[in-house]
Amino acid sequence: MTTDVAASITGRRRPALPSYERPSGVHPPLDFAGYRSTERRHPRGPLMLLPHRLTEVTGPLLGEELITPADADLTTQHAGEPVGQRIIVTGRVLDSDGRPVPDTLIEIWQANAAGRYRHAREHHPAPLDPNFDGIGRCITDSAGRYRFVTIAPGSYPWGNHHNAWRPAHIHFSVFGHAFTQRLVTQMYFPGDPLLPLDPIFNSVPDEKARQRLIAGFDIELTQPEWALGYRWDIVLRGRGATVFQ
Amino acid sequence: MPELTPSQTVGPYFAMRLPWPQGPFVVPEGTPGAVTIVGRLYDGAGEVIPDGLIETWQAGPDGRFAHPDDPRGPAPGGYHGFRGFGRCPTAPDGSYRIVTLKPGPLPAPDGSIEAPHLDVSVFARGLLDRVVTRMYFPDEQAANAADPVLCSIREPARRATLIAVPEPEGELRFDIRLQGEDETVFFDV
Ligand SMILES: [Fe+2]
Repeated sequence: MTTDVAASITGRRRPALPSYERPSGVHPPLDFAGYRSTERRHPRGPLMLLPHRLTEVTGPLLGEELITPADADLTTQHAGEPVGQRIIVTGRVLDSDGRPVPDTLIEIWQANAAGRYRHAREHHPAPLDPNFDGIGRCITDSAGRYRFVTIAPGSYPWGNHHNAWRPAHIHFSVFGHAFTQRLVTQMYFPGDPLLPLDPIFNSVPDEKARQRLIAGFDIELTQPEWALGYRWDIVLRGRGATVFQ
Repeated sequence: MPELTPSQTVGPYFAMRLPWPQGPFVVPEGTPGAVTIVGRLYDGAGEVIPDGLIETWQAGPDGRFAHPDDPRGPAPGGYHGFRGFGRCPTAPDGSYRIVTLKPGPLPAPDGSIEAPHLDVSVFARGLLDRVVTRMYFPDEQAANAADPVLCSIREPARRATLIAVPEPEGELRFDIRLQGEDETVFFDV
């Protein structure tokens, strides 16, 4: 069995696999004192270098079977309209080589306009909105573009420290085309006074990298008499040069 | 060139959407030859983590991926219902469960052979970025001994954190400890 597997690849031609960029100084450290929950949840041992082989350069190509077009409009998932400021959030998924990432699943979740999540463990005394679940999905198009219509999320308190409030944010989960590209992150809004006070946002060590988490307000995208427009691009690790071995 | 978007924690409230009913089923329950992986997620105090999310990614039983970057391409016909990807939120007792098929061994570009394995991502409140580990199979001693990733881990006790343990009912147990004495080995991927 083992020999057959080896022969399938080493007989004539070894696989040419992409090797993805290894970021440094972009992602937050796993141990960040300002965010208390990291204390007992960060590994203390050194992370072992995992070379990019077949399992890492491939990844789930999830798609159409999981979504309907209605999943991209969070304001029309119920009989009535949700309360709050209607917004359009759109942008592109790219890799760090500048290539668009088409046909990739994006999942979002967020609080409602009052800062309340529809979740069993959520205790913030703000009202639920019967017309808003705060969950959406879409697939990027051939140019890597995505677009959601939703409601501006409210800020909500959390127990990290005295008088702690999260800046308004939308959670994003992106797959990309390889296991190495998987990203879960949060999008923030420009001018939010809570941003300088938020340990999760400020866990990103580099100021410029932090700014990349903030969407831009876009008057061109804004639709008269209807909704404010925000633009936010998501950049995943690039493939770099293909390595022949 | 565009610059990378930083990671942020999945937070405590992902459970309303990221899980989906078929998520834990890489193959439908009852598929002939299916293996069930069970485990718990623990923090550094030995307490269970009830708000984690486990994702798995793996080759099929033939060691191939249905993906354009597998230079060999998927096996003709593939495996009915096999999607390679599993996702399971942890329960209040920290447990998760994935139903899948055992992957085949994989050829590596340097000519070595990787033993059957799953790449595993862990997300949770308190994790500002995912952490990545691997699960190997206990009945693959010879393949595991030759696996380049396992061989790169010097201490046998650390290496053992990546190998699932057979349960009496035939399930495989893969507990994940984010921190502490028996801390799981995690990778810089
Ligand atoms: Fe949140």
